[in-house]
Amino acid sequence: MTILVIAEHTNSALAAATLNTVAAAAKIGGDIHVLVAGANAGAAAEAAAKVSGVAKVLVADNAAYEHQLPENVAPLVAELGKGYSHILAAATSNGKNILPRVAALLDVDQISEIVAVESADTFKRPIYAGNAIATVQSSAAVKVITVRSTGFDPVAAEGGSAAVEAVSGSADAGKSAFVGEELAKSDRPELTAAKIVVSGGRGMQNGDNFKHLYALADKLGAAVGASRAAVDAGFVPNDMQVGQTGKIVAPQLYIAVGISGAIQHLAGMKDSKVIVAINKDEEAPIFQVADYGLVADLFEAVPELEKLV
Amino acid sequence: MKVLVAVKRVVDYNVKVRVKADNSGVDLANVKMSMNPFCEIAVEEAVRLKEKGVASEIVVVTIGPTTAQEQLRTALALGADRAILVESADELNSLAVAKLLKAVVDKEQPQLVIMGKQAIDSDNNQTGQMLGALTGFGQGTFASKVEVAGDKVNVTREIDGGLQTVALNLPAIVTTDLRLNEPRYASLPNIMKAKKKPLETVTPDALGVSTASTVKTLKVEAPAARSAGIKVKSVAELVEKLKNEAKVI
Repeated sequence: MTILVIAEHTNSALAAATLNTVAAAAKIGGDIHVLVAGANAGAAAEAAAKVSGVAKVLVADNAAYEHQLPENVAPLVAELGKGYSHILAAATSNGKNILPRVAALLDVDQISEIVAVESADTFKRPIYAGNAIATVQSSAAVKVITVRSTGFDPVAAEGGSAAVEAVSGSADAGKSAFVGEELAKSDRPELTAAKIVVSGGRGMQNGDNFKHLYALADKLGAAVGASRAAVDAGFVPNDMQVGQTGKIVAPQLYIAVGISGAIQHLAGMKDSKVIVAINKDEEAPIFQVADYGLVADLFEAVPELEKLV
Repeated sequence: MKVLVAVKRVVDYNVKVRVKADNSGVDLANVKMSMNPFCEIAVEEAVRLKEKGVASEIVVVTIGPTTAQEQLRTALALGADRAILVESADELNSLAVAKLLKAVVDKEQPQLVIMGKQAIDSDNNQTGQMLGALTGFGQGTFASKVEVAGDKVNVTREIDGGLQTVALNLPAIVTTDLRLNEPRYASLPNIMKAKKKPLETVTPDALGVSTASTVKTLKVEAPAARSAGIKVKSVAELVEKLKNEAKVI
């Protein structure tokens, strides 16, 4: 049994989600190979070779793979993947974009966002916004799977010494082109990898008031998230959204400020170790999942909290 | 150009679902069903393209039980021109749905296929991408902006770090994200008119598609419940608990 893990990377560096995906592969068991498809991705490949438990790194270096366009990358993964028992990718926007296309090219079903490995062919995954957990079994020749990062503790980024091997793939499929990118700039930890997350909702009232959360987050070394209401109201950009349709997080501590706790928001954060809710409405559903609830005006409580931590 | 929109009948997003006692699935008896929210956004985008004069005809398709006609009628009331129901009583996996949609695409020859990024029941986020592979079309997933320009479509996508724009050759597939648009409501006169719009029913067999799957669900369980928390009285007490009891700061 040999498992192919598709690396999540920025060409110059390996993304943390890759380490969680390798951890899921290790639970399945067998040799683990990592594919780094990109352009000038030597640095990402070197980082992948050092990851604990990786036996081999395949590097497909081609200008066509620079922006991870699925029309170009999926045929490469499908061709390479034929000889593997499993193909795994992180359930990031890239992984979710590319992997189903790979599965259809291989004519197999895909299993999305697994949170646990029961055996080499049986996995657990949440459905209905996390309100039910399904155990699914695959009889596919190649099992194509995306991995929810928060379900698996990352393997060590250092300690491995895998061989790096260049592979060639198909060229540009000529169906799509990268036009541009607008990335939100932030010095705070990445939302999905942060140990502490402070999130604001509609109760923040406006974008300017998020400065209270930023101040608290900086003191705690935390990332800042938001509910859909805060994003839709234009308080913060959408890549900060936590929930079924945004990012799934499971930090050590999640502080929900001015968030009522709709099902769709809980789907993105209810696996956090400790949940704190600060809300002036004591009937808010968020208090049903919060370990510590504080019924208070957030504009008084948050600055006070910032002073005390 | 012709636009094909795929929609799905799912449990209403406001319903808190319950797992059946025998762990065979979730209990959907007597539960309110609706059009998947992402599919509503797909229908809205197609209607807006028609209003701009970009789209000439909107065909809406669903794969599901006879009752899924309700969701097709909703789409017709919102502005779709005609509907196709691929009738299947079985719960189908994404690959089977993508194969059935491929057969409809072959027949209808749309220039653009718009569908939701994921259904809120299975939470798979697969069908659009799979249809991309089967048809060979380019895919613009998680779209927050769609602009048709000549023989290309520019799609702005919501990615983990922000936004990315790609240009796809037509025909292409677009899957919608929440911020693409705000779907309209169907007016009563349009609901009445929708009853007269054409709705064709076909079967997977007639389309020559096998819906066999390599994945089976062994059981469905309720997620582990969180143990009840406590309410603290002051910020000072909260900080003390987080430091000494939970030890997370």
